[in-house]
Amino acid sequence: MAERSFVEEVKKLRLGAGETFRGEGILAVTKALLESGVAYVAGYQGAPISHLMDVLADAQDILAENGIRFENSASEATAAATLAASVNYPLRGAVTFKATVGTNVASDALANLASGGVTGGALIVVGEDYGEGSSIMQERSHAFAMKSQIWLLDPRPNLPSIVQAVKEGFELSEASKTPVMLQLRIRACHVHGEFTAADNKRSSFTIGEALDNPRRDTGRIVLPPASFVHEQEKVRERWPAAVQFIEERGLNEFFADGTDDIGLIVQGGNYNTALRVLERLGLADVYGNSRVPLYCMNVAYPVVDSEVLRFCRGKRAVLMVEEGQPNFVEQNVAAILRKAGVDTQLHGKDMLPVAGEYTAAETLKGVRAFLELYGRLQPLPAPVKPPKVIPLKPLAESVEARPPGFCTGCPERPIFTAMKLVERELGPHHVSADIGCHLFSILPPFNIGNTTMGYGLGSAGAAALNPNGGEHKRAISVMGDGGFWHNGLTSGIANSVFNRSDNLTIVVDNSYTSATGGQDILSSAAENKTRSTGHAIEQAVRGVGVKWVKTMRRTYDVKGMRDALREALTTKEKGPKVLVAQSECMLNKQRREKPLARKAAAEGRKVVRERFGVDSDTCTGDHSCIRLSGCPSLSIKPNPDPLRTDPVATVMDSCVGCGLCGEVSHAAVLCPSFYKAQITTNPSGWDKLCERVRSTVIGALQRRAARKSERYAF
Amino acid sequence: MNAKQPIKIAILAMGGEGGGVLADWIVDLGEANGYIAQTTSVPGVAQRTGATIYYVELFPAEQARADGGRPILALMPLPGDVDVVLCSELMEAGRAVQRGLVTPDRTTLVSSTHRVYAIAEKIAMGDGRADHNNLLAHAEGAARRFVRFDMAQVAEDNGSVISAVLFGAVAGTGVLPFSRAQFESTIERGGVGVKASLKAFGAGFAQANAPAETEQPQAAALRPAGTARDPQVRALLARIEKDFPVAAQPVLVEGARRLVDYQDPAYAQLYLDRLARIQQLPGGDLQLLTETARHLALWMSYEDTVRVAELKTRAGRFDRVRSEVRVQQDQLLAINEFMHPRLQEICDTLPAGLGRWLLRSGLPRRVVEHFTKEGRVVATSSLGGFLLLYTLAGMKGWRRASLRYQAENGRIEDWLERIVAASALNPQLATEVAQCQRLVKGYGDTHERGLRNYETLMDAVRRAGARLAPATLRELRDAALADEAGKKLQGALQRLALDAPLQQAA
Repeated sequence: MAERSFVEEVKKLRLGAGETFRGEGILAVTKALLESGVAYVAGYQGAPISHLMDVLADAQDILAENGIRFENSASEATAAATLAASVNYPLRGAVTFKATVGTNVASDALANLASGGVTGGALIVVGEDYGEGSSIMQERSHAFAMKSQIWLLDPRPNLPSIVQAVKEGFELSEASKTPVMLQLRIRACHVHGEFTAADNKRSSFTIGEALDNPRRDTGRIVLPPASFVHEQEKVRERWPAAVQFIEERGLNEFFADGTDDIGLIVQGGNYNTALRVLERLGLADVYGNSRVPLYCMNVAYPVVDSEVLRFCRGKRAVLMVEEGQPNFVEQNVAAILRKAGVDTQLHGKDMLPVAGEYTAAETLKGVRAFLELYGRLQPLPAPVKPPKVIPLKPLAESVEARPPGFCTGCPERPIFTAMKLVERELGPHHVSADIGCHLFSILPPFNIGNTTMGYGLGSAGAAALNPNGGEHKRAISVMGDGGFWHNGLTSGIANSVFNRSDNLTIVVDNSYTSATGGQDILSSAAENKTRSTGHAIEQAVRGVGVKWVKTMRRTYDVKGMRDALREALTTKEKGPKVLVAQSECMLNKQRREKPLARKAAAEGRKVVRERFGVDSDTCTGDHSCIRLSGCPSLSIKPNPDPLRTDPVATVMDSCVGCGLCGEVSHAAVLCPSFYKAQITTNPSGWDKLCERVRSTVIGALQRRAARKSERYAF
Repeated sequence: MNAKQPIKIAILAMGGEGGGVLADWIVDLGEANGYIAQTTSVPGVAQRTGATIYYVELFPAEQARADGGRPILALMPLPGDVDVVLCSELMEAGRAVQRGLVTPDRTTLVSSTHRVYAIAEKIAMGDGRADHNNLLAHAEGAARRFVRFDMAQVAEDNGSVISAVLFGAVAGTGVLPFSRAQFESTIERGGVGVKASLKAFGAGFAQANAPAETEQPQAAALRPAGTARDPQVRALLARIEKDFPVAAQPVLVEGARRLVDYQDPAYAQLYLDRLARIQQLPGGDLQLLTETARHLALWMSYEDTVRVAELKTRAGRFDRVRSEVRVQQDQLLAINEFMHPRLQEICDTLPAGLGRWLLRSGLPRRVVEHFTKEGRVVATSSLGGFLLLYTLAGMKGWRRASLRYQAENGRIEDWLERIVAASALNPQLATEVAQCQRLVKGYGDTHERGLRNYETLMDAVRRAGARLAPATLRELRDAALADEAGKKLQGALQRLALDAPLQQAA
């Protein structure tokens, strides 16, 4: 069950020709795939394209109506290899994953695919997780396109342009027998806009036909001598065919050409920002009518020499607006100009930042510098700062960072609480972290984790840290269930068996790939109508030969977790140790259970809700409990005691009663301030009777105590 | 060339606060009323408690038709180019100002004034909270108009969420070209929780034009003395009035009240005896007296097992829990306490001799240790649990004989001696010494760590003597509260050359 349901949005996928589609960019891509007549779609979730996968999962009846095969791929490599169906058959197919991490994983399959080339249109939709809020290393997909020779589309970030890019992408792929990559920046994936829909199309050639009449062509298989032929074919046939298609169909756009002898070359994805900047500088209007000529590269690769020359020839200078580094396009344009003997001055990363996101503010600075240099704008007068009447403390002192952290009631939190407690006993260990929600452990308050090498590579990241003899501490690796099934089972667990590792791997099994939005995987506990779930991680681990395996079925049992960790780290038994820590992702659990509880309460059935609280008169404001938890629901509030100043801990009403606060106060011997409240809605007659008896006795005793203390009250 | 421009709106919210819903409402509001609307955001990992900026642009469709163009709308805000900034929380308003999104020439800033504390603020061992007033002042200075109130409270009062209140507040400011009815029908079209949302919207609308609330209530106020019925208590109050300066009396009254409640009037007399000594010190420093009074009251009311049992079983506490966890009339409440009495706490509660014996004994000690290995959950709302704690609270009469009392009393006397000694050098230094009591807090390991830090500082005071500047001691105290491992404190001591034993003067 994915985090977000797209059941409503999916209805938009049925819109017909002439109707207006309103929605998110990534949903528009889905619609465009249907309008392009794809025969199959596959992918691996991850921001910002998780929604695409979730939409497809929710749209399986529509996919079925159109005869489309939909796969939740095991990894990006699986997804990319899926495109093999387009090598021999005129089947259009699309796969999707996040970049650049997904492209890294997929690169083997992508290289093989690109070498042999395709018959049916093959589209790779990559969601760029680059810039603000990104959770991955900052790299460009562009390099993958260049090294394997895959055409790279980078359309303007509006829905009509994105939809058109999908459709033209398939045509370009077929015209040049080359796979095409469509890159969408994160803001473009999530942009809300509208476009005019067309009818959905069924693939004229079906998967069934392909299977019943298999075709093979050894010339398409990467084996010598064919592979050497491919290398030549790429540059002699496919490249020229692509350039011809791009030029003829006008995939790249020229704006206001001829209005000035300077100009901007801008990547499609940066077009809106560049235009806004020109508008703010008084050189364009809101409709994109510019006084500065623009060459908009909706195809980022290949660069079309003739178009570059056409734009630059006769111009004094051009500014290349190219986000990310290295500046592949700028170098390419420089080479084109140099070889053609065109002396147009080329600017780019000399005026714009060499690295980092091209935000509106940075783009404004660079474009302004360019326009000032060529006298199109006067330099701004130095700003006069009005003297401050009341000197204020710098704002930075009052604004703290908000690093991402575990959600309220997250079952992964207690694992790290237990690790903290073990750390107190055994000292710090080397911790090889992985990708997933559990990576938040590297941030406060836990500060656990030394390296992270990639998705599912937590265990592999500690491979070298196995000493040849001697008494040493063991390295700890963390791996999520998502990473485990993606590749960790082989790259980490099987590897540690084969290489006789002595380390501990903790596999966090919360029943979903939670970090990417709660999609089901093999070990999901949930029943899934269209997928096979319920395959236990412990069985898989034993299957590859691990002897020391322990499964903790409730991560909230901090003491149990602590003891299991201690045992794994101190046992005399040699060989890899695997601790599977299970509890369902709280975000998904609440989404499922809250409405049920609400319904039950409304129907008059008995419902017990649990939540925690802190007694502010026994809390001394040390906040140890927060340092061992970091739960969003465990916060602080002003001390109600007039004699004290430090804020006291408090539990917000968003508490889901996961139980960690109580477990921690027991396991870490913290303080007696925590209480668990059980609130019973629609109590039974017996409950009410018991309550009456209890409250009569307790009330009487309380009144007695109150009388005593009231004697002295003042 | 740039006369026609979209309306630019930035929303700063934290994951799960409804920033996305608000952005969607604004888009729908625009689209339903003749505007071309665009919105985008970068949720990514930010949705897991991080902060997110949603950005919306609106452009009149009629205008675009007349001009024969299609507006190019931006996907991210340009600093200095934003009309409306909506923030679901005060620090996020600070962040908006910091990012340059709020400018005095044009930006209307609408923000809730409540705080959702950042992790750095929460994990501090003392008080790590950001300066509320500084945030307000910067926001006030940066915005053309700053509309602010506690929207979390308004949302709660109306059984809805902050996004609905923010939507109402922005409608109330009148900065967007839409009528109240147009705003309200947007909520109705949304179809989820419409009634509550409309109510919260209305409250936000009304508040937008109400005068801004004054600064947030600061720390809890000291309560003045009421009339006392008991003659012993009357004598206490009379003594405070007669023997101590007026300015110090409120703290002393609160301190005396705490100790009468904690033990009995005689215990409060001991409190005053101790303070009388401080007051009579040459110099007669008022701050030293009030600070000592405050910390002495806290120290003398140290939280032992008996005190905890007493506080947990009171009727007032039951009421407080009921209101905190929002129990409705027809619901039942059970309260479960998480306690972990260990050998040390049990010995502390016993008469001093017996407690010491048990601590040093062999088998009996191991037996007790065995049975206290696990923490216990005591249901105070059940008869058994209540009676257990009630009986424990009844042991108050024996407190003075307990091992813990002896230990704390010794420490208090020692602390007072140090204050007296320091005041001979410098009353300011003595005040700082008094404030070092703040380090000793919590239970179990936390208490031991605090005590250790306290002793380290007292040791530094003893060794440095008159060399120690009051500000240095304050710095050391802050360092002691900086991290659990005591790294900052060690560093500070080394820097000040107070870590190694001083060479004895010849």
